[in-house]
Amino acid sequence: MIYLLIPIIGFYLTSSACYGVFLFIQKERCEQVGFALMIAGFAIHTVLVGGKALYFGIIPVQNFHETLLFSAWIFAAVFLAFKILSRLKVLGVFAAPLVTILSAAAFMVPDRAVEIETSLASLWLIVHVVLIFIGMAALSLAAGTGVLYLIQKRNIKSKKHRFFFKRLPSLEMLDSTGYTFVVIGFTALTTGLITGFVYAHTVWGRFWSWDPKEVWSAITWLIYAALLHERLMSRWRGNRAAILAIIGFAAMLFTFLGVNFLLEGHHDEFTRW
Amino acid sequence: MNLPDGKENFGNEMPMAQKTEALPEIFLIGLNHVSAPVELRECLAFSTEQSETALGELKKSTAIKEILIISTCNRVEFLFTSLFPEEAVQTVIQRLSDTKAIPSHRFEPAMYIHSGNAAVRHVFRVAASLDSMIVGEPQILGQIKEAYRLAVNNKATGVVLNRMLHKAFSTAKRVRSETGIGDRAISISYAAVELAKKIFGSLDEKTVLLVGAGEMAELAVEHLHRNRASGNLYVANRTFEVGVDLARRFSGEAIRFEEIGASLTRADIIISSTGSPEYVISQGLVRPIMRKRRNRPLFFIDIAVPRDIDPDINRLENAYVYDIDDLQGVIEENISSRQNESVKAERIIDEGIIRFRRWYDSLDVVPTIKQIRGKLTTIAEAELAKTLPSMGQLSDEDVEALKKMVESIVNKSLHDPILFLKNPGAHRDKSLYIDVFRKIFNLEDD
Repeated sequence: MIYLLIPIIGFYLTSSACYGVFLFIQKERCEQVGFALMIAGFAIHTVLVGGKALYFGIIPVQNFHETLLFSAWIFAAVFLAFKILSRLKVLGVFAAPLVTILSAAAFMVPDRAVEIETSLASLWLIVHVVLIFIGMAALSLAAGTGVLYLIQKRNIKSKKHRFFFKRLPSLEMLDSTGYTFVVIGFTALTTGLITGFVYAHTVWGRFWSWDPKEVWSAITWLIYAALLHERLMSRWRGNRAAILAIIGFAAMLFTFLGVNFLLEGHHDEFTRW
Repeated sequence: MNLPDGKENFGNEMPMAQKTEALPEIFLIGLNHVSAPVELRECLAFSTEQSETALGELKKSTAIKEILIISTCNRVEFLFTSLFPEEAVQTVIQRLSDTKAIPSHRFEPAMYIHSGNAAVRHVFRVAASLDSMIVGEPQILGQIKEAYRLAVNNKATGVVLNRMLHKAFSTAKRVRSETGIGDRAISISYAAVELAKKIFGSLDEKTVLLVGAGEMAELAVEHLHRNRASGNLYVANRTFEVGVDLARRFSGEAIRFEEIGASLTRADIIISSTGSPEYVISQGLVRPIMRKRRNRPLFFIDIAVPRDIDPDINRLENAYVYDIDDLQGVIEENISSRQNESVKAERIIDEGIIRFRRWYDSLDVVPTIKQIRGKLTTIAEAELAKTLPSMGQLSDEDVEALKKMVESIVNKSLHDPILFLKNPGAHRDKSLYIDVFRKIFNLEDD
């Protein structure tokens, strides 16, 4: 099964390359090819993830390998869905390598059976994991647009129209796209956390257990909540929103990986190998 | 434009004294955006009334025959013809110093003096907008026409400057139509619109505020208008009536100058081009407004020199300020093609100068007399040649006698006019009469 990952990574990698070329030469064709390769990779990826899920009859996050594989699949799905809905082509430059890295990381980590106590067949848990991953994907794209926003803003403010000026869309578009991602990501994250609480209640009889993962999730959630609050109060647009989206992403990354490696808690079995 | 043609000025009596036989030489003295800093130019700029008074004073001077004053925000220049250059220059500097109440030592180091061809070239280049801060900006030609009209109305110009300015106008038009020099100004407004698109995405529904009226700013507004389907336009001008006219043209709304601050909450794109020496919009004015407009981006396009918009506003979040230099920097890529266009423009200017110079040199008495005599002799000889064959048998002596007679008719009828041309009187402008003669006899300039 693991060898299926090689063509997947191959497709994602060439897709990333196409997006890279697209960034330089700005030919629509490159972007279209990149998108097509991404879809091809995603199709095989779906077979792999779906096969695992059917084989084990549970959501495939039994070890770190599966967690990475699954998150890469969700990321790819979110990006493709977004790509169909939006005109922001340049985001592939950011998204395709991210999916590639996640898949490659999954390939590096051995797919070894790990003893876990958590029941992965619970519907609450499935919804929890899927929603959290969708939220994470959307919020990483938000951070990506935030970075693009900051680059473009710098271009315009400094009055030196370097490499990226022509290649990046308008500030307003980056800002509103980033905002859309944050709204989608935050909604998914919030719902994902709630289902997590419900699941925790069914298993341990309590919603909250001061687990480090829970604490860091709360911190991440608060950062995005603050961003949205300020946004709705219409004070934080553009620059600050972009910076906060990037900070939120960093916190989220730590919650996802850092907590599991540095701290302990009931989530660490997903990152064992 | 209803400019008085040179021909209509023939009747003007030139009150200037002239005792020598020589032709007056052309001089230009002044300072511009290269030679003098803004503060100095600001101090020396002439209002229309001041120009009129100065023209009246200067034409009374015995040293100056014809005079024209060009004063824009980028230059103050005096164009004159004179037989006594040193005296004339001193008179002009004194007048400038008196009018603006500034000691001459403060501005003299920044001044340049051109004479002869160099002066002609300078005027041609200025009119063609090659000497402008924004090369190719369309405003300068209108300003020079205005300066010329003022001088003509005050009877300060004569045949030389009339001819010279008309040549300058036609050369400028040629430069504009035959080279891409004018595109530069257009490309600046194009760059501004492209930038606005990079900030706002779509320009639809964006509100534009035009501060001050100037051709460059109008160009930019026109360009913006073409790039958006809808959106409001406000025009703020110091003279409200001018603003009303402009607003009507773009189907916008005129506001008072004092309302600029308040209108910034609604405006998204501000184009400013006033002649104000200070900032019209300061950072202190914009900072509190950013909160009121809920941090929606503001884009300032500053076309004025000196600048209208405090550049520190660019440091505020979501506010962007671009001045003329910044915009020019943005469009520098195609500089090489621009240089070709400049070479072409300079060539057109050269042609204009050569034509003018030929005419100017022909204003000398001797060649004019020679040409008049030559023309009449040719006519007489042609008529004689036509008549002789029909006269039957004539002896060689008869033919010789007829030839002599025709020759002496030519000589005698030209005697008085030539005498007059050589000395039209102590208080008359000889170049004027030479020009009249050349026109009457339809003599070519070369």
